[in-house]
Amino acid sequence: MLSIHKNEPTAFEEDLIKEFDGIVQRYPEGRQKSALLPVLHAVQARYGWLSVDAMDQVAAYLHIEPIEVYEVATFYTMFFLRPQGKYVFEICRTGPCCLVGAESIMAYLEKRLGVKENEVTSNGLFSWRGIECIAACGMGPVLQIGPEYTFYENLTEERIDTLINELEAKEKA
Amino acid sequence: MARKLLLEHIHVPGINTFAVYRQQGGYRAVEKALKELGPDAIVEEVKKSGLRGRGGAGFPTGMKWSFLAKPEGVPRYLVCNADESEPGTFKDRFLMTHIPHALIEGMIVASYALGANTSYIYVRGEMMPQIRILEKAIAEAKAAGFLGKNILGSGYDLELYVHPGGGAYICGEETALLESLEGKRGNPRIKPPFPAVAGLYNCPTVVNNVESIAATVPVINLGGEEYAKIGVERSTGTKLISASGNINKPGVYEIELGLPVEEFIYSDEYCGGIANGKRLKAVVAGGSSVPILPANLILKTAKGEHRLMTYESLSDGGFATGTMLGSGGFIVFDEDQCIVRNTWNFARFYHHESCGQCSPCREGTGWMEKVLHRLEHGHGQFSDLDLLVDVSKKIEGNTICPLGDAAAWPVASAIRHFRDEFEWHVTHGEEAQTRNYGLAHYADPLVMSEKL
Repeated sequence: MLSIHKNEPTAFEEDLIKEFDGIVQRYPEGRQKSALLPVLHAVQARYGWLSVDAMDQVAAYLHIEPIEVYEVATFYTMFFLRPQGKYVFEICRTGPCCLVGAESIMAYLEKRLGVKENEVTSNGLFSWRGIECIAACGMGPVLQIGPEYTFYENLTEERIDTLINELEAKEKA
Repeated sequence: MARKLLLEHIHVPGINTFAVYRQQGGYRAVEKALKELGPDAIVEEVKKSGLRGRGGAGFPTGMKWSFLAKPEGVPRYLVCNADESEPGTFKDRFLMTHIPHALIEGMIVASYALGANTSYIYVRGEMMPQIRILEKAIAEAKAAGFLGKNILGSGYDLELYVHPGGGAYICGEETALLESLEGKRGNPRIKPPFPAVAGLYNCPTVVNNVESIAATVPVINLGGEEYAKIGVERSTGTKLISASGNINKPGVYEIELGLPVEEFIYSDEYCGGIANGKRLKAVVAGGSSVPILPANLILKTAKGEHRLMTYESLSDGGFATGTMLGSGGFIVFDEDQCIVRNTWNFARFYHHESCGQCSPCREGTGWMEKVLHRLEHGHGQFSDLDLLVDVSKKIEGNTICPLGDAAAWPVASAIRHFRDEFEWHVTHGEEAQTRNYGLAHYADPLVMSEKL
């Protein structure tokens, strides 16, 4: 489950540490562990995933044990414990979205990208996975792309094509 | 036109900004609360309003507030539960996206009433755009003197923070949410002690849903008694309903409690009828956890009375023939939907989301998912139906938190009401791979005329 790959760079940049400092201020003195989830989100937004190395640094920063970080990172589904595509398409697979065609959209996405769930395309750009309800049932089928969690609703095969083409063009530019 | 309290100004351009929200009468409730009422009077108004928790459980909000312990020298906390994750429910996302100041205003009123000087809004992590919206709204309110030190010269201080979750349905359970806010796994706590006595950081804490907190604004503006005049019986006020599935107009609707279910589904003011000219097969009325009902039982009770959108009417008949209002996640199934497949889908959801703390839930949800998977894929046996009911009964009531019940009810109710469709999956395993069972007799007698 946990991946021992080293992350690059091995020390957090100063601006990231500054961001952590701001987060910790929200919680009472001595309760800095509360900052763990937002800090992990910030790390993942920067590096794309959470390596053991990064989690150890978070533990040191928050003055908690590494295991306290691992147990949290493995519990919450938003955290990636190994490298992903640069753009991870997370598509809702729960009941209400399936009533309006999420399953066929997932099948199309698999065909279009040519990789199975949780695999990365050869150019390193894309991966995809089904996720549970993201509270957007009236706009289904829906998908989101981190780290900004940009949200796309009422998906069709054409919209998927457009989205992939746009992202590919953006990368080439 | 039904009365709108929460979404009255939703179509005003720029209502997501402080300036426009204020122009439309926003933050009057804060002024009234701080300058005229005082904490105890606010709690009294909320009690009088009959407002019930809008997150799903329906517990009276004013009563919850009055349970808060107030020991000397110990901070108290208000935590808003914006971890909206119940499948079928997306009203809080809607409210936070389009009219974030309604929540901020409610947070100030409620925090003042409870004597909290630091409050948190716990938003599910996937809603990063909403988190940014709320943070901007908080900064605007603070700049205008409605947050921070000495609000409106009253001497009352309040800091408000947004906290992101990490993607876990279980954190919608209030004690799991508090664990998560403390930087831990979302494992629900054993109660008692209740959060009102020992909640966040072991301090007295109230956890309320987004909509409940936003609803305190009209309660204060109108007064509790006026608010209680809206609705019927013990279902007072308005409620946001998230409508999804096979309907013409999916979306979030504010209804006056007491609206007939039939009108909600077929009227053009709301769902606008079943999509593509199809017929209604079933409805899950209050989020995926509540019992699914076939068309005939959702439109009318077993006694033949019109069913209303209220806590009482939807639960009329108990679990034998009724359901629950829950979170207001209203999922509509047309005649082409497969109940077995949907039940399997929901069972997979609960298996995925079980925190793993209690064995009946951890193991039972997995069993149910596997058995439903084989039924859906044509490898089931007749004994599987009784097995599912048996497993669901062994989960229900035997877990620390209500996730176990939430996992058991959809399965038990689907088999209760759609047993012949499950049996058909056993006897016609191969055919079930190529076509759906259809409407069968579920809508019979079909009481609904096509247009109201």
